[in-house]
Parts: sequence; structure tokens; C-alpha cells
Amino acid sequence: MIPAAFEYDRATSVEEALGLLRTHGADAKLIAGGQSLLPLMKLRLARPDRLIDIGRIEALKGIRRLDDGRLAVGSLTTYADLIASPEIKYGLFRDALPTIADVQVRNRGTIGGAIAHADPASDMPALLLALDAELVCRSAHRGQRTIAATEFFEGPFTTVLDPDELLIEIRLPAPSQHHGSAYRMLEQPASGFAIAGVAAVIGQTEAATGDTFDDIRIAVTGVGDHPYRAAAVEAALVGTPVDAPSIAAAVGAVCEGVEVMGDIHADREYRAAMAVVMAQRALEGARARLT
Amino acid sequence: MATELVGTPVKRVEDRRLITGKGRYLDDIAMPGMVHMAIVRSPYAHANIKSVDTSIARSMPGVVDVLTGADVPYNPLPMAWPAGGSAGIQNNVNTPRALATDSVKWQGEGVAAVVAETAEQAADAAEAIIVDWEPLPAVVDAEAATKPGAPQLHENAPNNVVFEWSVGDKDGTAEAVKGAEVVVKQRLVNQRLIPNPMETRGDIGLYNPGTDEYTIWMSSQTPHIQRLLLAAFVMGVPEHKIRCISPDVGGAFGTKIFCYADYVLVLLASKRLNGRPVKWVESRRENYQATIHGRDHITYLEVAGKRDGTVDAIRVKTYANLGGRLSTIGPGIPTTLYARVLSGCYRIPNVYAEVVGVYTNTAFVDAYRGAGRPEATYVVERAMDLFADEIGMDKAEVRRRNFIPPDQFPYENPSGLGTASGGAKIYIDSGNYEPALDKALAAAGYGDVAAAKADAKARGKLLGIGLSSYIEVCGVAPSKWIGAVGEGWGAAMWESANIKVHLTGKVVVTAGTQPQGQGHETTYAQVVADELGVPMDDVVVQHSDTQGTPFGYGSYGSRTSSVGMTAAIKAAGKIREKARRYAAHMLEASVDDIEVEGAEYRVKGSPDKKKTLQEIAFALDLAFDAPEGMEPYLDETSYHDTPNCTWPFGTHIAIVEIDEATGVVDLKRYVAVDDVGKKINPMIVNGQLHGGIAQGVGQGEDGSLLSGSMLDYAVPRAEWLPTFELDETVTPSPVNPLGVKGVGEAGAIASTAAVANAVNDALAPLGIRHLDMPLTAPRVWKAIQDARAGSSNGHGNGKEAKA
Ligand SMILES: Cc1cc2nc3c(=O)[nH]c(=O)nc-3n(C[C@H](O)[C@H](O)[C@H](O)COP(=O)(O)OP(=O)(O)OC[C@H]3O[C@@H](n4cnc5c(N)ncnc54)[C@H](O)[C@@H]3O)c2cc1C
Repeated sequence: MIPAAFEYDRATSVEEALGLLRTHGADAKLIAGGQSLLPLMKLRLARPDRLIDIGRIEALKGIRRLDDGRLAVGSLTTYADLIASPEIKYGLFRDALPTIADVQVRNRGTIGGAIAHADPASDMPALLLALDAELVCRSAHRGQRTIAATEFFEGPFTTVLDPDELLIEIRLPAPSQHHGSAYRMLEQPASGFAIAGVAAVIGQTEAATGDTFDDIRIAVTGVGDHPYRAAAVEAALVGTPVDAPSIAAAVGAVCEGVEVMGDIHADREYRAAMAVVMAQRALEGARARLT
Repeated sequence: MATELVGTPVKRVEDRRLITGKGRYLDDIAMPGMVHMAIVRSPYAHANIKSVDTSIARSMPGVVDVLTGADVPYNPLPMAWPAGGSAGIQNNVNTPRALATDSVKWQGEGVAAVVAETAEQAADAAEAIIVDWEPLPAVVDAEAATKPGAPQLHENAPNNVVFEWSVGDKDGTAEAVKGAEVVVKQRLVNQRLIPNPMETRGDIGLYNPGTDEYTIWMSSQTPHIQRLLLAAFVMGVPEHKIRCISPDVGGAFGTKIFCYADYVLVLLASKRLNGRPVKWVESRRENYQATIHGRDHITYLEVAGKRDGTVDAIRVKTYANLGGRLSTIGPGIPTTLYARVLSGCYRIPNVYAEVVGVYTNTAFVDAYRGAGRPEATYVVERAMDLFADEIGMDKAEVRRRNFIPPDQFPYENPSGLGTASGGAKIYIDSGNYEPALDKALAAAGYGDVAAAKADAKARGKLLGIGLSSYIEVCGVAPSKWIGAVGEGWGAAMWESANIKVHLTGKVVVTAGTQPQGQGHETTYAQVVADELGVPMDDVVVQHSDTQGTPFGYGSYGSRTSSVGMTAAIKAAGKIREKARRYAAHMLEASVDDIEVEGAEYRVKGSPDKKKTLQEIAFALDLAFDAPEGMEPYLDETSYHDTPNCTWPFGTHIAIVEIDEATGVVDLKRYVAVDDVGKKINPMIVNGQLHGGIAQGVGQGEDGSLLSGSMLDYAVPRAEWLPTFELDETVTPSPVNPLGVKGVGEAGAIASTAAVANAVNDALAPLGIRHLDMPLTAPRVWKAIQDARAGSSNGHGNGKEAKA
């Protein structure tokens, strides 16, 4: 379990990191907490020529509330930081964060690393998709851009980030008025990653009528080759009271249009069935949390 | 004895060192000039080696040597325990060479080794070795491997059969099955496990060109045996020219009993490098590929009996997967240690077991915590449940009716323990099984289970309760039995201990056993402190180095307390006797008049005339005044060969809830009532039970063959386990002065069957009769789906195909 040889640079500022990325491009890999990258390197499944360590760039750490009520979470914010932050009030975060990995990994693993790595079974992407997060990225050659979470994940371990692009921060919209959220996942017992994980947000905007909900967001991880929004379930639930019958009628479509993965831990049939169960439980959980 | 430490939960003396990071494990050892070895392993499960090109690796930075199979002048590794029995069974033996020369039989078999200045350089150069492989078809399933058309692994093993062995009365059992009121049949799979000690294996070889001597530091349970095997069987080096040292060993569970290729390689490499120390530390991935695995049985079971609950016969045919080549005692596990205790704690008059040892393209299989006995317990405990279900009788009641009654001991079971060849008769010497069952039933609330099931059902959960009444063969073993050709491994199994009382009165115990985390430094000290009447702080326990400890067969088979500590008690007795003689001399009394209490040696009737052990040791060490014929110094060694094994028993009960929607099995409660005889240290006993139960539960609930790392191989975690509810009955073993039986394996032996029975109990209302391990969520879920769809798919009915 010894990685292949590599060069190492430590960036002390965002500018320095961007400069190093421009110089070394695809030969280099950013390293934040190292919790995904180092295991791959030790198994020699990843062999970057160079690591650019961004782990000590203070500007990328921490959580701020923006003037418009949104939260801006620096890409180097760790799971432990998120758990400790009073700003993180979403129920789905409270469900997910304490069950991700273990204390050591949560102390080192960053939110930026989790989504840039884009493991098709990791938890954070589903949470950000369900929250309609936006991702602020920057590179030396194309400057800063903001990408919707729904546009970010392309395939297994693949995102729209350019090789020289740095994820700066994650922006989380303020919740709608009357809302609730939950995350439910069935874990693969060895790794703790999701066999199927579903994040659900239900809410009412100004336009909502009576007891019905019009803001429904359901994101699924572990099931397809990248996390996705279950649009068919969302559509089926908009305008309903999201009660047991309407949930039961809607969740069957959670894998619609998705090629479900199968592996030694869960074949396609089981995984698809678990996506349905987790969707149902997440929606029930979100409903039970309505504020 | 005055101090009475035995029986108390003394804190473990090794823990300050081990918990504060001051332990010294293999990888903590560094030496001047040390180089590092990496082993190149086969990526194929089965392949011929056409050529090995080492030229690029040799020219890489830091590389000091490269070895291939052709460079190893030694014999293949030894296999010490062929399947025996009365009939002179043929064993088609193939063992690994230190490095494979012509072909590889499993993924992970070593083909070359690289030695470099740093471990990083060795790893890099290992990648640069080019092997020209000719991949061959592979087979991994033991039953399939014996069928026509299966890939053949070895020329001398047609149909991949290592041996065909049987035990018990074939005709009598056939009669009993034929005439029985009820016969239940079931195919049972006891899946392969990866033992996963926290510390992987590793070794450092050091050759001294000045003396022609070899020293090896090895993470091993058996340094003395390894010296013997390396010297006499593999390397042809005189035994006194090899020294084996086990530093702190971070868990072993059986995996570190055996003779491994890397021992040979580090010693050979050090010799080729004119005495540079060569270190090899196993990665977790290599541990999964190239250290032994456990279990892996396919068993066809028939259990026959009467509707009144009497079980009259058990007949099994078991395919035991032994891997691509044989490990050191691989064939002994599914034969002697499995089939001979198949009837467990039950008085089943007819038992017949056929065992086929099989080569497959998998890592070798050998003793893992419990070794054979968990496999036997799984079979007989599933048999009891299946039989109870068939006749509609309560599962506890069926067990109760078939227990060997307390007045039947000593009991010779029908699978040949009593009739084993060789001089010794092994019999179950003691037991009282019902009280343990009753205690466990009461603790688990067995009577209220129907209500608990209804309550669970209302929450969408299926609740199940599973019993496992087990016995264990511990304290292995009388040499006459285990050494008998055709039964055991052709070598003895006594233990040894030496005790020295130094001039200052401090006591040094050296033992031939070898701890791997069990706390022997504490328990030996408790025993010897009591025997000599000194404080525990005055006793130090040393072990693990063939230089400086008496020969011992090592620690496994829960034998250290029963066999090893009896040797220590004997040695302490000799110390007391000599101290008494010297006290008589000092006090000018006759030896017969000296009475000993604790550390005090007094003249009977004159309590003021006395000497302490410390005073005696001081005088006898200086020896200014020793009487004629008395040698100076208190220094005594004893060897102990046990007259019989020990027979722990108990009942474990698991209560599980299954989430019907996901198939996830949640272990809600775990009750264990164990009878391990007297306890030297109850806290250590509980620790051993906890660990054993966790490992056994882990097998019931999980495990996978395609798993190369902990990312894919589920090791049980504390958070999945309930608080274990432990209780005891105490039936002292009659074979040793402490009355102890051994506890290292009990938890692992009982718990797998308890969990499997509980899950099957939970699934029974759906019409599912038997679901095999591993009881993973997808497997349980699929069984539930199939049952609901009305298709039994092999789960639901008992009319399984027979072997
Ligand atoms: C034992 C263990 C258990 C785990 N269990 C879980 C689990 O249950 N659920 C789960 O979801 N995850 C789990 N994980 C994964 C863990 O969540 C991630 O490893 C971690 O969050 C990644 O963050 P990091 O900072 O360590 O990333 P790194 O390993 O440093 O980087 C990961 C990837 O992201 C890139 N990267 C990092 N930061 C940036 C950035 N700012 N901009 C652009 N690219 C960047 C790196 O180049 C690299 O390719 C587990 C990991 C371990 C080791």
C-alpha cells in the first residue's frame, strides 16, 4: 500500500493554487483532505505526477451567510465543521453527516473533495442536488463561473470541472417557507457508502395552494452512475399533500430513465428496489420534519 | 494461597504499553542497514508461468536483489497434518514453494521478490517485473471442482481431491436413517472468511555470516514450531542455527500459526546480501490474498429421528475447500477438528461423516478461530432447528431432549473421539448442559417471544430468536492423541514453563506459549504470584523468543491456560519444594517440619522461626552457605502434557429483527451463557467472549469472496452489535489444577449458528425453511421476495438434491 512516486507542492493561496494548476494541468491533482485520493494512490489506482496541496488555504474554509440569505460554504470545509456549525439547519444534513465515514475521516474530508471526487455512491452530492446548490469554481484561464449542482455531475468520478479548475465554494439557497427535508440511505456494510441513498426536500412557495406542496426535490445517490434528481417522482408529487398515499404512488418512478448499477454487494434488482424504499422513507422523514 | 489473584479481574499489565503506543510490533522494529522486500504476486487465479523477466527491476533505484522461484534452493513449505483416520487415507499433497516456479494456483501466490533500500523502491521495482503468464481456467467452488470437466489443478490430485476421509459407523447410520420416522435433509454452506487480524503479518530476516546463524522476527503464534519447520523441513539448516522471535503480535486468530513463504524469503535474502536485515510487512491486500482463509464448507446434511424429539442419526457429506495448495495443517481442520465433534453436546447414537478435501483456485484455508468446531456447530445447530421445525416441537425442547445427560460423563461420542487411533482416548470428560440452556432462555425471555414477534410485526419487522448450544474441544491436546499418526499432526503438544526467583526475590516466568493480545502476561502472573505467594508486581512473564524460553507449541486451540499454565504451576511447585528444603537448612529444622503459607516458610509449631521466599532466594543465590548436594539458585522448568482436552460448553441466544423492506438484519440482543470452567481473570474471559461473538456474528451477517480490501469485505463493527449479555455456569475441568477450560474460541464457535438460526426463525412465517450464510441484506430480501411470490427457489422446501 505504497503510492507511486509523485511531486508535491503546497499552495498557500487560491492564486498560487490556480497558477500551479495552469502550469501542471492534467499531470497534477489537487489534494484537500486526501481521504479519497490517498487510498486510490496507495492502491496505485491513481498515479498523479504531482500533488497540489490546497489543504491550508484559509480563504477556502468556513461557512458564511450571504446578504440574500444564502449560505456560502468554503470548499475546504470539513464534515466536522459542517456538523459543528449552527448555520447548517437542514434536516437532511443532520441525517447524513454523522453517518458519513468515521470521526477521523470527517475531521479531514472536505465538502469540496467529496463533490469533486464524484463517487457515484457518496452522500454529499445527493444532498447538494436536493438543495439546489450552486458551485462556484475558478481557473486561471477561464476565470470564475457558477455551476448548478444539477449540471455538475456527469458520470462515475466525472464532473464538468476542467483539469485546472478549483472549486471555491458551495452556495446553498435559503429554504422555502414551510419546508422539511430528510436523507435516508442503505449502506453497503463494508464501505459505508450508499447502496441507495435518497435526499428529499419538500416545501411550499408563495404559489402553493392549501395543504399541497409545490417545491419538491428528490436526489438519488448510489443507484445510477452519477447522482441525479428523480424528476418523475418530483413531478408526481407536486400539487399533492405528500401524504402516505401520494408518496406510495410516486416513488415507484425513482429509477425512471436511469441505468441502475449492479455490483457484488447489490444487484440491479435489489438496488432499484432499495431506491424506492429509501425514497419513500426520505419523503416520510421530510414530511415529519415540516416546519 | 495468600494473595488469591486467580479469579479476580486484575487489570491487564500489558495494556499500558499496548494502549499508549509503546508496544513493539514487527513493523516497529528497525535495524541499521535494513533493506525491504516486496513480493510480486499472481494476478491470475490459475496460470502457467512461461518466463519471469527481472532485468528492468534489477536496474531500478535502490534495488539490491531480485529473487525468483529458481533462486530458492529449499524444499516446498511443509504440510504437517494429513487427513488420517483408521484406514491409511491417501492425501494428495501439494504445498507452496517459497516462490512459485511453474504455475500459480491462486490469485496472490508469490512468483518473485524484490529487495531494495526502501520499501517504496521495492514496491516500485516489484511493478517492473514482467511475468509471461499463460492463464488457465479456474474453479473456486469446492463441490464444482470435484465434478467431471472441472479445471484440474494438480497432476497428483485427480478431480482436485486432496483426500476422501470418513468417520463413524457408515452402515449403522444408514440403517438408522432408513428406518427413521423423520428424516430432514439440507444443503448448508459455511462460507469462506478472511480472518483480518488488526496487525497484518510480517517478518525480518537476519543472517550472520560470522556465525552462520539465522534470526527471524516474525509476527507468529508459534516461534518454536517455525524454527523446527524451517530448520528440519524447509531450509535444511541445523535447528540450533535458527532463532525465531515474535515481538508483540497484534491479533492472529489462527492465521499466524503457519509456515509462510515470506519467512524463507527474508532469511534467504539476508544470506544473499551477506547479512543485511531484510524486512517484509504484509499489506492488507496481501493479507487478503496470501494469508490463510477460514471455513468454506459445503455440507449435505441428513438428520433422522423420532417424532418424540429424539435425534437418532446425523449423516453428512462435506466438501472442504482447502485452496490452491495446502497450508501447514489445512487437512486436519475439516477432519479431526470438525467431523469428530459433529454431534456436539448431543447424545446422537449414529453419526457418519464423509469429508472430501478439495483443491480450488483460491487462497489456502487453515485454522481460523474455532477451526472446524464452528463449522460443526453450524451443522448440528441448524440440524436441531430443522428437525424441530419438521416435527413441530419447540427448539429448546429438542435440544434439551438430546443433550448428553450429566450422568453420562465421561462420554465417548460416536464420531470416533473415543476410538481415535493412537494411545489416547479422547472423551468428553464433563458437562452439564441444561442449566446453561435454562439460564440463557430465562435471560432472553424465551417464553415471551411470541409477543415480541407480534410487536415487531406491527412495526414492519420480522423478529427471530436463535439458539446455539455448543461444545468446544479446547486445551489441545494430549500428545498421544494429537501426535498419533493417522489422527493428528505427528508431533506432540505439551507445554513448558520456567520460573526463576532472582536474588532480590523477583520472579521471572518464561513460557513456550505465545500471546497475540490475550493478556498472557497478566494471567500467567496471576497464577504464579498465587502459587509463590508473592505480589503480582514481583512477577514478569517472558515469552516469544526461541532463545531464552523453553520449547513450546504455541498458542491456539484455547490451550494456553489449560496446558501452558499447568506447566507453570508445576514449575512453581518445584520452586516451593526447593525453597522448603533450603528453608529447613536455614532454620535448622527438618524438611518435613517446614510448612508453607504464601511466601512464608515456617517451622511447624514455632511460628516465629520463618523465612520468606525472598530471603531464601537471596541466600540460595549467593550460596555461601548451601548444604552439600544442593545446587544454588531457584530455577525450575516443567513440561506438561495434558491427559485430555477440555470441553467448554454453553448456550447462546441471538434475537434479530429483519426489516422486511430492505432485508437488513439487525442484531437486537445477544445472550451468552458459557461454561469455561474456572476463570483466571473474568474480565479477560469476557473480552475473549466479546471478540469471539463479534467475529462469529460477522460471519453470519456478512462476508464476500470478491473482496480485495476493507472497502468490500465487511468486518463487523461495534456499532452493529448490541451490548452482549453474558452469564456463566461453572463446571471445572477435571484435567488441570486450575479447573480452567479455555475461552479464546467459544464466542466464535457458538455465535454464527445462533445468528443464522435467529434469521431463519424470523423468516419461517414466510415459509422459508433455510437460508444460507452470509445473511446479507440482499440475500435476505431476495428470499423474502421469492417467498412472497410463492416460488421457493430452493429456500422453501426440504427436498434438496443429495450429494
Ligand atoms: C474510511 C472512509 C469512509 C468513507 N465513508 C464515506 C461515506 O460513508 N459516505 C461518503 O459519502 N463518503 C465517504 N468517504 C469519502 C469521503 O467523504 C471523502 O473521501 C472526502 O469527503 C473527500 O474529501 P477530501 O478533502 O478528503 O478529498 P481529497 O481526497 O483530497 O480529494 C478528492 C478529489 O477531489 C479533488 N478535489 C479536492 N478538493 C478540490 C477542490 N477544492 N477543487 C477541485 N477539486 C478538488 C481532488 O483532486 C481529488 O481528485 C469515506 C472515506 C473514507 C476514507
